[in-house]
Amino acid sequence: MRYLPLTPDDRSAMLGVIGAGAIDDLFVDVPAEARLPGPVPGLPLRQTEMAVERHFSALARQNKAASDHPFFLGAGAYKHHVPASVDHLIQRGEFLTAYTPYQPEIAQGTLQVLFEFQTQVARLFGCDVANASMYDGSTACWEAIGMAGRVTRRRKAVLSGGLHPHYVSVAKTMARFTGDTLDTATPDLGGTDMARLIGAIDAETSCVVVQYPDVLGRIEDLAPLAAACQAAGALLIAVVTEPVALGACRSPGEMGADIVVGEGQSLGVGLQFGGPYVGLFATRDKYVRQMPGRLCGETVDATGKRGYVLTLSTREQHIRREKATSNICTNSGLCALAFSIHMTLLGERGLRDLAALNHARAVQVADRLAAIPGVGLVNDTFFNEFTVILPKAARAVVHELAARGVLGGVSLGRLYPGVAALENGLVVAVTEVATDEDIAALEAALKEVLA
Amino acid sequence: MTRYFTQDHEWIDVDGTSGIVGITDYAQSQLGDITYVDLPAAGTAVKKGDAPCVVDSVKAASDVYSPVSGTITAANDALGDAPELVNTDPETGGWLFRIDLSDAAELGGLMDKAAYDAYVAEL
Repeated sequence: MRYLPLTPDDRSAMLGVIGAGAIDDLFVDVPAEARLPGPVPGLPLRQTEMAVERHFSALARQNKAASDHPFFLGAGAYKHHVPASVDHLIQRGEFLTAYTPYQPEIAQGTLQVLFEFQTQVARLFGCDVANASMYDGSTACWEAIGMAGRVTRRRKAVLSGGLHPHYVSVAKTMARFTGDTLDTATPDLGGTDMARLIGAIDAETSCVVVQYPDVLGRIEDLAPLAAACQAAGALLIAVVTEPVALGACRSPGEMGADIVVGEGQSLGVGLQFGGPYVGLFATRDKYVRQMPGRLCGETVDATGKRGYVLTLSTREQHIRREKATSNICTNSGLCALAFSIHMTLLGERGLRDLAALNHARAVQVADRLAAIPGVGLVNDTFFNEFTVILPKAARAVVHELAARGVLGGVSLGRLYPGVAALENGLVVAVTEVATDEDIAALEAALKEVLA
Repeated sequence: MTRYFTQDHEWIDVDGTSGIVGITDYAQSQLGDITYVDLPAAGTAVKKGDAPCVVDSVKAASDVYSPVSGTITAANDALGDAPELVNTDPETGGWLFRIDLSDAAELGGLMDKAAYDAYVAEL
C-alpha cells in the first residue's frame, strides 16, 4: 500500500496557490525526451511482497559475494572479520539514529564516542588531533589538499603515482572548481616515485600527497619526503587506505606527515558494496583551526564534571558560511562508531596481532604466487597487499579466476584502463579471513588459468 | 598620527603612509570573549574592503575588513598566545596588523572619532 498523505483536493489547492494547472507543469524545464511517458516497459505495475523478495533473492544469488568465495580483493576496501558484537552494539537505540545528535544536554554518549574515536584515530596515525570523521577516504584526501592550500596559501599539489586512482579522480573533480593545480602520475612498477615527488616540490607547492602503503602495496620511509616538504614550506599529506597496516608499520605522523587521512572501512565496517564508509582525518595541533569537519572536545560543566561538546565550530559552515574550512560539517557517525568499537575490542595488542597475522598470510600467498611460472612479484615491501605481474592481461585473468569461483584480486587494467605498461598487474590483498583452503584455491586456479 | 574609523568598526592609526589596524572597543564588546585571531601574513596585498583577518569569539567568527588598500607589513603576534588582548585593550595593545597604504586618498571616506562615536550612539 502506498502512503500518500495528500488528497487530490490538497494537490489542486497547492497548484492553485502557485498558479500551476497540473503537476506536469512543474516539470516543463525537463526536456520531453528525458521524461518517462508512461509505465517502465517490462516492469509489472504491482507484485506481492513475497514475490518481490523471491525475485530479488534470485538476482542476488547471481552475485559472487565476498564471504562465499576465496576472496583476495583490496585496493582501498578490505574484508576483515568484524566481531558480531560490533553490529549488535551499533544497532542499540541510543546510537542508531538517522542523524548524529550533537546537542550536549542530550547526547553525551554520542559525543563521548566521537571523542574516543578521535583519540584512537590520532594515536593510530601518530598525530596530535583527529576530527569526528568524514565521508570516506577519498573525500578526506581532497579535504586535506584544500586544507594545505589554506595553511600555506599556495595552490599546487603534487600527488604520488602510488595514490589510489579513485582518490586522484575525486581530487581532480574538486580542483576543477577550486582552481588548485594537481601534478599527477600513474604508478611505476619499477619503484616508487619518491624522487619525482621530492624533485617536484617548489615555492608554489602547497602539499605532497603520498599513499602509505601505496596502491600497489609498497611501503616506504616517508621521513626524507617530510623533510623535503618542510624545507620548502609545503605540507606532507599521507593517505592510509588500510589502517590495520599501522598495527605493524610506523605511523605517518611519526615520520613527519603534517596531515594524515584515510579510509576507516577496514575496521568495523563491512565492504557494503562500496559504502557507506568512514573518512579519517588527523593533523598537528597547530593546524587544528584549518581542519575541516566536526571536532568533539572534552570540557567540564558548571559543577566541574567531565563532559563532551562540539568545539571550534566557528570553522564550520553553519557559522562561517562560504568562508568555512569545508562544506562538510557532518560526519559518518555510525561507521565511526563501528570503527571505534572494533578498535576497542582489539586493543593495541589485538591490533598488533591482527596486523602480524595479515602480513604472515600475505607473505605466504606472495611466495606461492611468485613461484608460478611467468608470475613476478613487484613489491620489495608490503603489508597485506602486493602486486604481481602476470604473463598476460590481468583483467581477463580475474574474470577467468571468477569463473572458477575465486575472486583473485583487482587488476591494474581495471584501475588504469588503457595504460599498457600496467595491464598485466594484479593487486592481491590477503587478510585474516583467507583460509589455507582459500589460498590453495587461488594458487591452483591461477596456475590453471596461466597454463 | 591620526586615527580614523570605519562603519565596520575597525580603527586605523595613520602615520605618513604607514597604518596600524584594529577593531574598536564597541566591536569587541559586541563580539564577546575573543578566542582566536587568524592574522594575515606579512607581504599580503589587500584592497580596501578585503578581509585579511578573522576574529573568532565565543559567539561568532568575524571578518576584519581592511580600511585601506596596501600591503600588510606585520601582524600582532602577541595575539597568538593572548587573543583576549583584543577584549582588554582593543584600541592599543590589541592591534591586529600593520599596513603600508597605497592610496592615502582612501582615508577621506573614513570617520574621525567624533563621527564614529555619533555613529555608534545611533546603533
